[in-house]
Amino acid sequence: MPSTPDWINEPLAVVQGLFASSQNGPSSEWEAKAVEFFKDRLKEKDAHTWVPSLNDVPLHYLKPNSLVKFRCLIQDMFDPEFYMGVYETADPATKTKELRCGKYRDVTECGVRQQVDYNSRNTVTAERQTFYCVPIPGENAWVKDSYAGSSQARVVPSTSYAPSRQKRSYEEDDEGDDMDTQPQKQREPHSGQYQHGNGDCKRLETEAPSSQVGSASHLDLNFPLPGEKGPSCLVKVYEDWDSFKLNDTLEVYGILSVSPALSALADEKDASSSFLDPSESMETAEEQRVHSPPASLVPRLHMLYAKMLRHNNPLLPSVPLEDNSACKEELLSSTLRDMPSVRTELLSFFTHVLLGDALAAEYLILHLISTVYSRRDVLPLGKFTLNLSGCPTAASFTERLYRIIQQLVPSSFYLGMSLQNMNRMRLVPKKDYVANRLVSGVLQLASNTSLFLDETQLEPGQLDPTGVSNVTALGNLISWQKVDYDFNYHQMEFSCSINVLIASEGRSLLPSDCQVHLQSQVPPPHMEDYMSSIPLTAQLNKLRLYLSVARLLDYSISDEVTKSVEDDFVDMRKDDPQSVSADDLHRMLVVARLLSLSLGQTSLSRDSWHRAKHMEELRRSRVEQHKSVNGNEP
Amino acid sequence: MSSPASTPGGRKRGRNTNPSTRKFICFSVSLLSKNPESRRGGWSPLRLDMSSPLMYGTPSSRVEGTPRSGVRGTPARQRPDLGSVRKAPQVDLHSDPPRADGASDSNTGQRLVIWGTDVNVGTCKEKFQRFLQRFTDPTSTEDENAGLDLNEPLYMQKLEEISVVGDPVMNVNCLHVQSFDAELYRQLVSYPQEVIPTFDMAVNELFFERFPDSILEYQIQVRPYNALKTKNMRNLNPEDIDQLITISGMVIRTSQLIPEMQEAFFQCQVCAYSTRVEVDRGRIAEPAVCRNCNTTHSLALVHNRSAFSDKQMVKIQESPEDMPAGQTPHTTIVYAHNDLVDKVQPGDRVNITGIYRAVPMRVNPLQSNVKSVYKTHIDAIHFRKTDQKRLHGLDEEAEQRLFTEDRVTTLKELAAKPDVYERLSSALAPSIYEHEDIKKGILLQLFGGTRKDFSQTGRGHFRAEVNILLCGDPGTSKSQLLQYVYNLVPRGQYTSGKGSSAVGLTAYVMKDPETRQLVLQTGALVLSDNGICCIDEFDKMSDNTRSVLHEVMEQQTLSIAKAGIICQLNARTAVLAAANPVESQWNPKKTTIENIQLPHTLLSRFDLIFLMLDPQDEAYDRRLAHHLVSLYYQSEEQMEEEFLDMAVLKDYIAYARTYISPRLSEEASQALIEAYVDMRKIGSGRGMVSAYPRQLESLIRLAEAHAKVRFSEKVETIDVEEAKRLHREALKQSATDPRTGFVDISILTTGMSATARKRKEEVAQALKKLIQAKGKTPAMKYQQLLDDLRGQSETAITKELFDEALRALADEDYLTVTGKTVRLLA
Repeated sequence: MPSTPDWINEPLAVVQGLFASSQNGPSSEWEAKAVEFFKDRLKEKDAHTWVPSLNDVPLHYLKPNSLVKFRCLIQDMFDPEFYMGVYETADPATKTKELRCGKYRDVTECGVRQQVDYNSRNTVTAERQTFYCVPIPGENAWVKDSYAGSSQARVVPSTSYAPSRQKRSYEEDDEGDDMDTQPQKQREPHSGQYQHGNGDCKRLETEAPSSQVGSASHLDLNFPLPGEKGPSCLVKVYEDWDSFKLNDTLEVYGILSVSPALSALADEKDASSSFLDPSESMETAEEQRVHSPPASLVPRLHMLYAKMLRHNNPLLPSVPLEDNSACKEELLSSTLRDMPSVRTELLSFFTHVLLGDALAAEYLILHLISTVYSRRDVLPLGKFTLNLSGCPTAASFTERLYRIIQQLVPSSFYLGMSLQNMNRMRLVPKKDYVANRLVSGVLQLASNTSLFLDETQLEPGQLDPTGVSNVTALGNLISWQKVDYDFNYHQMEFSCSINVLIASEGRSLLPSDCQVHLQSQVPPPHMEDYMSSIPLTAQLNKLRLYLSVARLLDYSISDEVTKSVEDDFVDMRKDDPQSVSADDLHRMLVVARLLSLSLGQTSLSRDSWHRAKHMEELRRSRVEQHKSVNGNEP
Repeated sequence: MSSPASTPGGRKRGRNTNPSTRKFICFSVSLLSKNPESRRGGWSPLRLDMSSPLMYGTPSSRVEGTPRSGVRGTPARQRPDLGSVRKAPQVDLHSDPPRADGASDSNTGQRLVIWGTDVNVGTCKEKFQRFLQRFTDPTSTEDENAGLDLNEPLYMQKLEEISVVGDPVMNVNCLHVQSFDAELYRQLVSYPQEVIPTFDMAVNELFFERFPDSILEYQIQVRPYNALKTKNMRNLNPEDIDQLITISGMVIRTSQLIPEMQEAFFQCQVCAYSTRVEVDRGRIAEPAVCRNCNTTHSLALVHNRSAFSDKQMVKIQESPEDMPAGQTPHTTIVYAHNDLVDKVQPGDRVNITGIYRAVPMRVNPLQSNVKSVYKTHIDAIHFRKTDQKRLHGLDEEAEQRLFTEDRVTTLKELAAKPDVYERLSSALAPSIYEHEDIKKGILLQLFGGTRKDFSQTGRGHFRAEVNILLCGDPGTSKSQLLQYVYNLVPRGQYTSGKGSSAVGLTAYVMKDPETRQLVLQTGALVLSDNGICCIDEFDKMSDNTRSVLHEVMEQQTLSIAKAGIICQLNARTAVLAAANPVESQWNPKKTTIENIQLPHTLLSRFDLIFLMLDPQDEAYDRRLAHHLVSLYYQSEEQMEEEFLDMAVLKDYIAYARTYISPRLSEEASQALIEAYVDMRKIGSGRGMVSAYPRQLESLIRLAEAHAKVRFSEKVETIDVEEAKRLHREALKQSATDPRTGFVDISILTTGMSATARKRKEEVAQALKKLIQAKGKTPAMKYQQLLDDLRGQSETAITKELFDEALRALADEDYLTVTGKTVRLLA
C-alpha cells in the first residue's frame, strides 16, 4: 500500500503553492487550477479510497486541515457569507508584509507577531455558501460497514488525539475484517499508551461514542430521523452553490477544519463583553449555537469537489469518476445478464417472507425498484406506493418484514403509525426563525429511501391537530411525492422520491398506488419459525446489487408495443367501461415498466405487458374479495 | 455593565484605525482617475475605510456652534443609517502631487471631491436642488403623489407638504433622479453615505429659503427609495458593499429596541471638566488625560448625559416567489434606526432601501489568528411595505412584474399567432388528456375579465373573475387539474372541501402569542385575492362553509364580524371548484343539481360548469391510451419540446393581466345583445327561460378574457363568438334536461328543469284528485296513499316525487303531513 500522499495530508499547502505561483505569474486562474488538481488526483485509480471518510473515522483521528470525504445529505442551507479571499499580514516590528490566501480556511493564519492588516488594499472579499450536512438519514448498517470496509485510508492519529478506539458503530460483530484494512500504525501507539488497565481501556472505547452522542443531543444536531448517530458537518461551498438543492445526497471531498478558534469565538460571547459592537447583538444565543457550534462536534469542511450520489449502494461503483466507466459498464452488463436469475431468487425469498404469497412478493419487488423518474407538470411518474393489507398482527410480522427490507435497501426508516407517534412526531421540517434554521422532520429524506409505515400499530383514538397534519403530510407525500415544509408564514414545496410501503390489516387510511391483500399460506402458529431464516451475506449482496441496478436502468416503449397496449386498453374498455379507467391504465403502465426493469429488460415487450395485466387482474380480484374490511373504501 | 469607553488597547491595535489613513490619499487620487465602475470587481476594506462615514460639519452633525444662516438653528438629527459621524477631509485634486487627469475634467478653479469618491459636494448639491425644483412626472401613478398637481415640480410640492405637516422626511424616488440626471443617480448609488448628506444639505437650504418661517423638529432628511438595483437577496454579492440597494423580502423577526450610543459624555472626577466624544466606527476613544487639569485617567463616563439613538434589528427573508425550487430562503439582517424603528412587523412584505455593509468579525486581542469572515447587514434608509394596501384598493405596483424587453417581444410574437388560444390551452396541464373545452375555460379564468369600477356612480364593482365548477366521475383527473392551476398562478390557494371550515376559508381572529393582541388571520379566500382559489371536493363541504362563498363569488368581498373586529375584506378571487357526484358515478338520467346536490343559488354563481365524464367511446380510449403510454417513455426533453414552457405561460398570463384591459367594441356589444336575446328565445317557445342577466355578465367576462388572450384592447365579435360557444358547451353539458334533452338554464337557477316542474304539478293534481275521489276520509296512511297513486298512474312515481307533490299540496293548505299520516285540512 502506498503511503498517504501529501495532497491528502496537506491540501492547503497545495492550494497555497498554486496561489503563490499565481501571484508571480500573470495567470489568475489558480482557483480553477486548484480544483482541477484535486479532481485529477481523485480520478487516479482507487485514489478516492485513500481519503479518510468522516462517516467511518471518528473526528479525533483525523488530522486537521487534511483532505477528507463525507457522504451526506444537505439538511439546511445557511446564508452566504463574505470572507477574506486574500489578505495581507503585517509584522509591525519588521514592517514586512505578506499576502495570504483565505480560501478553504475558517481562520486567518499569521506568523508570530504578525497581524492581519484589515486596511490593506490587497484584500479581496469573496463569497461562499454554507450547507449544514448530516449523514444520509436511515442509511443501513450494511451500507456503512461496506463503505468503511472498502476504505484504504491510512488514518494517522494526530499527536493530541483523545484515544477512544471507535471507528464506527461499535455493536457490529464483524470487527475482524475491518481490522485488516486499518493500518497497524494506528493500533500500536494506542495500545502503548494504554497499557495500564486493559479492561478500563476497553470500556473507555465503547463508552466514548455514547458520551459524545450525549453531549451532542443537548446541542441537537438536527438529524431528520430520531436515534441517528454520526457527525454532522458545516460544508463551505466555494462555487456553483446554486446547483445544489436541499436533500441532495453528496460525497464531499474537502479540507477538514476543526480549529478551536471557531468555538472560542462562539463561547466568548457573554453579555457584557461588547455592547457596542454591532456584530454581536444581531444573533441570538440560539442562532449562535446553531450557526457556529463547537468545531469538535460539528467540524467545518471546505469543499474542493463534490459528487452527487445517485445511490448510496456501496456495491455499485459510484458513477461520476469517469475513467472507470469501462469497468462499470462491465459490471452492469454482467448484472444485467444475471438479473432474471437473481430475480427468481429474490422472488422465492420474498415469497417465503410473505408467508408463501407469491403475488405479494412480486409486487414487493416492483415496489422496491420504483423511483420517480420524471415529473409531468404536477404529476410524479414512476412512483409505486404499495399497501400490503392483511398483515397478520401476530408474531411481530411487520417488524420482521422491515428488518428484511433493511437488509436489502441502502436506506430505510420504520415508522410505526401508533397514535402516539402520529400525534407527537414531527414529520414535516419546520423553519425555526429564532435559531434561523430548518428543524428537520422525519419526511426530510434522501431520494429512494424506503419508508415503512406500519399501520397495524394504529389503534382507535383521537388524532390531535398535529396528528391530522402529519397524516395529511403522509397523504401528500404518497400522492404527489412532495413535502410542504413549514416556513411559518408560508409553506414551501419540496419534491422528493420516497418509496412508501404501508403495512396494514385492512385497506390503509392513506392513499396508495396499489393495494395487495396478503394471503398467508402458513398457519399463524408456525409463523415465527418460518420467518427466522435470512440468506447469507454473499447472497444478500447479490440481491442488494440487483435492487439498486434495476432502479438505475433506462426504459423505453417501442411504437409497436405502444400500439398493442392501446388496442388492449380499447378492448378492455369495450367489454366493461366501468372496470378500467385511465387510472388503471396508469397503474398498469407503471407495473409493466417495473416488471420489465425487474427482469433486466430496458424496453417493454408484449410478454411483460401481458404478464403485468395478468398480475393486475389477480390483484384486483383479490382486493374485490376483501372489500369492506374496514371503512376506508371509497 | 462595563464602560464602552474602556476599549482595550490591544483591540484597538488590531483594528488599526488611524495611521493608515494618511497614507492612502495618494492612492485615492490615482484611483479616481479610473472609471469608478471598473473598481467594482473586488471589494477591499480600503473602500470601506476610504468611503466610510463622512460628514462635513453640516447639516447632520451636531450643531455646536453657530447655526447656519439658512437653517436657522433647526437641530440636525444624526443619521446612524449612514454611519457614524466622522469628519473627513475633502481632497483637492489639483493640489495633490500625483495628478489625476481623467477625473478633474474641465471645471474651473479648484475641484474638491470627497475623499475616496468622485463626488464634488458643490456640484452635487446644485444638481440635486435643480432636480427638486424642476422634476415633474406627469404620468406618475404612485399613490403617494395622490392629490399633487402632476404638472408642477413634484418635490417642491412635497416640500410644501413638509412645511404644513411638519414631518421632516423627504422620500425621493431614485428612478426620478435617474431620469433627471443619470450621473447624479450613479453617484447616489455608488456613494450613498456621502451623497445623501449632501442631498440633506441641499434640501434644507432650499426649504428654509422657501419657507423661512416654518419650524421643524429636525432638519429634513432625504430618504431615497426604489434604487434601480432592486435586487433579489440571492444576488447580493461583495460588489454591492457600501452601495445603495433596494431588496424585497418578508420580515420574519424584529428585535427589541437597542439604544446605541452616539456621543459619550465624560466628566473629570478631579476638576469636573466635561468633554464629549463621538462614536467612531462603533468605538469610543476614552480621553486618557483631562485637558483642563492634566490628570491622567480621571475621566468617567456619564450615561445620563450621553446621547443615544434607537436601533432595531430586523431580519428579512426572501419572498417565496423569488426562490429557485429546491433551495431554502436566504435571510438578511437589517438595522433600522431612529424613526424607522418599529415601522415593520414580522410577516410584512417590504421593499427595503439601504446601504449594504460588511463588518469584519470582532478581533480577539489574545489571538493573532482570527475568523476570516465578515458579518453583513443592511442599514435601512427606507421601508416600503408592499402588501400595505391589501385590505383596500388595488396594489397595482406590487402586481407589476418586471418583464424584460426580450420577454415582451416573445410574448407579443406569441400573441400575434392566429392559433394562440389553442396553443395556450393545450399548454395547460399537458399531462391531462383532452378536455379541450375545459382547458379553454380554465385558460379564460386565468386571464379574467376586465375590472370595471362603477363605485363612483354608486353601482359598485362588477365581478371580473370567472368562476368554474368541474364535476364528474372520480378519477377524471379533476384534482390534478386543480393542482396544476394552483401551481401556475402566483396567488393560488388550494383547499379541500372536506378539510376546510368556513373559518379556514375566510378569516379568523386569534390572539398573537407574543404580543397578546388580537390579530386577524386570513384564510384561503382572502389569501387568494387577485388569484385563484382551488377548492377540491366541493360537494363534501359543509353547508355552513359553503354559505360564505355566496358573498365571495358575487360581491367579491368578505364581511367579518368577530371579536370586536368588523371589517370587509377584498376577496377578488376566481373560484375553481371540483365536485364529485353524490352517487360517486355520474347518473346521466339526472340533472346536474340532482347529481351533485349543491344549492342552486351557489351553482348560478359559476360562469361555467363543466362535466368531466368518461366519454366511453373507442376513438377517445385509443387517444387516451396513446397519450398515457407516451408519458411513460418520453424523456423530459421531448416533453418540453412539444409544449409551451410553463414559465412562458406564466409570464404570458401575468403580462396580459397587468397590461391588457379590453373594452367592448360596438359590434361586440351588438353581438352580445343578440346572443342573449337568442338564449332567452330558445326556451321561451316552450315556456322555459334559458338565460338570466347573470348569464349575460358571464358572456361579457368570457369575451373580455378571450380578447386578453389575444392581447387585444378591444373585444371583438370573434371573442363573443368563442364566449358563446364555450358557454353553450358548458351549458350543454350541465344544464341539459335529461328528460327532454334541451338546454334549460332554470336547472341551475331554480334547481329544477321546467319539465320536472310541470311533472311535479301534474302529480300533485293527480294526487289531489285521488284524495278527493276517496271521499270524506280526514286521515290517510302515507304508504297506502303512495301505493294507490302508483297503481293509478301510468308513469313511475318515485317517493321523492310523491313527497314533493304532498309538499305542494301542503303549500296550498289542502293537507298536512304529520309523521306517517296525511290529514286533510278544511
